[in-house]
Amino acid sequence: MQTEDELIEEITNSEYKYGFYTDMDADQAPKGLSEDIIRFISAKKNEPDWMLEYRLNAYRIWEKMEEPEWAHLGYAKPDFQDLHYYSAPKPKVQLDSLDEVDPELLETFKKLGISIEEQERLTGVAVDVVIDSVSVATSFKKKLGELGIIFCSFSEAVQDHPELVRKYLGTVVPTTDNFYATLNSAVFTDGSFCYIPKGKKCPMELSTYFRINEANTGQFERTLVIADEGSYVSYLEGCTAPMRDENQLHAAVVELVALDDAEIKYSTIQNWYPGSKEGKGGIYNFVTKRGLCMDRAKISWTQVETGSAVTWKYPGCILKGNNSIGEFYSVAVTSNHQQADTGSKMIHIGKNTKSTIISKGISAGQAQNSYRGLVKINKGATNARNFTQCDSLLMGNNCGAHTFPYIEVNNQSSKVEHEATTSKIGEDQIFYCKQRGMDETTAINLIVNGYCKEVLNQLPMEFAVEAQKLLEISLEGSVG
Amino acid sequence: MIKIENLHASIEGTEILTGINLEVKAGEVHAIMGPNGSGKSTLANVLAGRDEYEVTEGSVDFLGEDLLDMEPEDRSRAGLFLAFQYPVEIPGVSNINFLKTAINEAREKRGEDPMPAKDFLKRVKEKSKLVELDGRLANRSVNEGFSGGEKKRNEIFQMAMLDPKLAVLDETDSGLDIDALRIVANGVNELKTKDNASIVITHYQRLLDYIVPDFVHVLYQGKIVKTGPKELALELEERGYDWIIKELEEVTA
Amino acid sequence: MNETVTLTNKDKFLSHFDLVDFSMDEDFSSDKRKEAMELIQWLDFPTSKAEYWKYTRINKIIKGDYKVSAPENEIEIDLAVPTKNCIVLINGYFSEELSFFDITEGIQFSSLSDAKKSSSILKEKFNSLVKKDEIFADINSAYHQDGAFMHVAKNVQADEPYYILNMVDDSNIISNPRNFIFVEQGANAKVVLKTINTANTGSFTNMVSEIFVEKNAHFEINKIQDEAEDSFQIATEQVVQADDSTFKINTFTLNGAIVRNNLNIDSLGKNTMTYLNGLYPLKGKQHVDNHTYLLHREPNGESHELYKGIMGDSSTGVFNGKVFVHREAQKTNAFQSNANIVMTDTATINSKPELEIYADDVKCSHGSTTGQLDEEALFYLRARGLSKESARAVLVNAFASDVIEQIGVDAVKDEIEKYIDDNYQGIK
Repeated sequence: MQTEDELIEEITNSEYKYGFYTDMDADQAPKGLSEDIIRFISAKKNEPDWMLEYRLNAYRIWEKMEEPEWAHLGYAKPDFQDLHYYSAPKPKVQLDSLDEVDPELLETFKKLGISIEEQERLTGVAVDVVIDSVSVATSFKKKLGELGIIFCSFSEAVQDHPELVRKYLGTVVPTTDNFYATLNSAVFTDGSFCYIPKGKKCPMELSTYFRINEANTGQFERTLVIADEGSYVSYLEGCTAPMRDENQLHAAVVELVALDDAEIKYSTIQNWYPGSKEGKGGIYNFVTKRGLCMDRAKISWTQVETGSAVTWKYPGCILKGNNSIGEFYSVAVTSNHQQADTGSKMIHIGKNTKSTIISKGISAGQAQNSYRGLVKINKGATNARNFTQCDSLLMGNNCGAHTFPYIEVNNQSSKVEHEATTSKIGEDQIFYCKQRGMDETTAINLIVNGYCKEVLNQLPMEFAVEAQKLLEISLEGSVG
Repeated sequence: MIKIENLHASIEGTEILTGINLEVKAGEVHAIMGPNGSGKSTLANVLAGRDEYEVTEGSVDFLGEDLLDMEPEDRSRAGLFLAFQYPVEIPGVSNINFLKTAINEAREKRGEDPMPAKDFLKRVKEKSKLVELDGRLANRSVNEGFSGGEKKRNEIFQMAMLDPKLAVLDETDSGLDIDALRIVANGVNELKTKDNASIVITHYQRLLDYIVPDFVHVLYQGKIVKTGPKELALELEERGYDWIIKELEEVTA
Repeated sequence: MNETVTLTNKDKFLSHFDLVDFSMDEDFSSDKRKEAMELIQWLDFPTSKAEYWKYTRINKIIKGDYKVSAPENEIEIDLAVPTKNCIVLINGYFSEELSFFDITEGIQFSSLSDAKKSSSILKEKFNSLVKKDEIFADINSAYHQDGAFMHVAKNVQADEPYYILNMVDDSNIISNPRNFIFVEQGANAKVVLKTINTANTGSFTNMVSEIFVEKNAHFEINKIQDEAEDSFQIATEQVVQADDSTFKINTFTLNGAIVRNNLNIDSLGKNTMTYLNGLYPLKGKQHVDNHTYLLHREPNGESHELYKGIMGDSSTGVFNGKVFVHREAQKTNAFQSNANIVMTDTATINSKPELEIYADDVKCSHGSTTGQLDEEALFYLRARGLSKESARAVLVNAFASDVIEQIGVDAVKDEIEKYIDDNYQGIK
């Protein structure tokens, strides 16, 4: 016999369901997560059945998963039923040029120092803007189109290139991968899609600026980059987020596929709102980023991370193909009450595979900064090589810097080297700079920039300048 | 230019300088010599404003200002330059970037515009010749992987770039072979004008063959115990310091 | 309704001790046993899901069918131990016949059970260092039979090394040897702690040692684990160091199917010096897991950690070393290094060197390398007329030498050198 409660639930649920379909203009899904919400997102985006099935499957797996606890992080766990899983600006007509973009939106970008016109005019960068999960402006499409390069929002790709999405989605980060990735697979709203055809070199750096706009909106971007045989692409991802008081969850998934002889360079500047000086608010950044390298392919991750209250992120490479190469260059800055548990995973499967990890952590204020990395050499990975260098810099005596590398070697002919150092910023260096007329802040910026040079050098020029500025801003007032 | 009066300084409670009196006028070169542990490097570091040393007594007037009241960077901007005995390495920071930052920050504080890149590079080229510093060194990280001689030449190069009023050379000659010593000394001599001055701290008289001092001071137990003309250096080289110490003991006895 | 009581693994394991008689134990010790038994009730055997046991599965250990047995017959064996002081334990029980002593003023060296009757320091400090949440250590606290006790009085300098020999001489033996070492201020001593096994069928040795190194004292312990091919061992050392003290431990794991070492050093004092060295030349299907945890709590501490492994056949080596620098521990210098040679494609190494640092004025570093013998060096030696085998032996020796150099007891140095020579002469 049904209890009264169950009966009520059944009734409300069924109404709920239908209610949604009639209310298709809703800008925002109601709070909470259920199969209905997923159906709502999928319907809202007019997705084919296979996409909905993919989401539902992920949701069912996710329901049985537990949020991981092993990271060196302490934070209030988000209430997954207290988030909106879909929010979109009012549907807009397809735009042909930037002039049609909402001037208010352009204004916001100007404030962030990222003017689209500037980007277009000066740098020749094609920008695919994601604001609150839905792409509203895309540029340079034509030029890329001529080369057969597809660069569009993920939703568009689902509509226009279902064969590619179906073939590669979830092949690098499987639905079952981890709590946050699985959640993303169920509820992702939008993101970027990129396909470079065989033998083509993408002539410009592809770039996406992410930004969280509305309070209480979980952000679940999904990015898929496929570099077909012998192709090359450099992809830039930059994030800035405005001040927010409540914690916001960001659980993105990025999958890179580099087929034989292809190369993908993926650069990130992450500057989500880190929370106030007192540790209030800030973004929770739980990201799964992974690349798959086939024969002789190369994937290179470069990241400069200064934002987010909590970061949980391990961009990695599965070096499946023989002679493939994986690289990871990272600067992670934490100050005030920020916490980061970040590093890289390099899985060597193919023969003669090589990987390099260069990680520079900077910890100031009350922050906790952990490097966590996995280097795994499988049995068949003859002559695999890894070199890892992770350095930590401490500024002040209330912060922590930690190193947790996992090294698993199952092959006789491989070579794995890991080095790590932890120290504070050199008093001698600061004094030397001062004696040459610099004040303390300038001296520290200079020294920190030098310390991060190896990583900054990996970034495209304009990005490197921006990153440098960001480092300075992030460490403002952290010593003295 | 600089007037040091009764300067006392200590480190971790141990008094190293026990009352230094020294006046240096524009256009002069003063040499400070003395046995190990007499306080030579301490004097250099106290003048530059290193935190570890605590000034317990005395005063230092630098161009009419109270030097001891100034931050290290302000002393530098006011025209005090210290050529370090052990120049520190700063990985990842190119020499050029380092100097550009130093010069432009000083200009900014004086309310001047940054030095135009063209002028800056011209100056780099000109001054690096002075110390025969390989152009490539300019693009390498500050002092990183430099040989001992290169580090010292780099100090003089920086001095040339910053054009100080008073240069304090802290054992710039130690560890140098004769060629490097000659290059360093030439650099210093070339930079000498009637408006600037230098204090050359050294252990060896050798350097003073190349940089001819107007005065030689002997530092012993944190005090200047003897001052003489350049010939005093030669005498010290031949006879060591013992005779001065003995002389001193006789006086105090 | 029928109720079936299913015995858990833990119940079955603990039932091994049902018949052991602890009634003769001193009161304070009995209390400690009771406390530990209570703790065990709340704990479970770890699975590989626990980060602390990630790379070591203990199913084989806990599912073994063991017996507890004191040797009944007098054993005739030439121990050939190069010392005047040796405590011998057989299957966890003290052997009066085989142990021998050369009484030295200021050094108390006896069985633990004897010391329980007389030592006030033991009464005061016994079981004070053992971590309460580690089930194997608690099992030892609850069910240990006997062990060695050493107390070195203030400023006493012991020249000779003191030996503690744990011997298993029967099949399927389970034993919980328990050692207690207290080195007073300014004293200096060296110990060799050796476990051997003359029987060949699966036994399990679960050993715990508590070590106190007081102010300005120097203590070195050389641990040699040389049990049988199919025996298991879990060895836990809990060490505390006071101001200005020096502690050194050298761990040599030569034999044993599964060996797990939990070395926990708590550097409580200022200006301490700590050396942790280890060598694990493995063969067959050996699985050796070295977990070290070094906590720097006070300023000016210095530590040097060096663990080296040679993985042959289908062996697995695990190294998990953590250096933890407390916020107060300014001017800490901590250096940690793990180097491994993988000799075959079926061997595995899992290395996890960790730094957790909360003080800013520190110099800490760690390194981990895994690779092969240097091909160029091999070629060079062969070009000078050495056979491939000798060339390898030379290089393995060279690889192991910087750990061996750390040994402060000549007899141990010779023993380990000989072991390496004997075992790596003819490898292909």
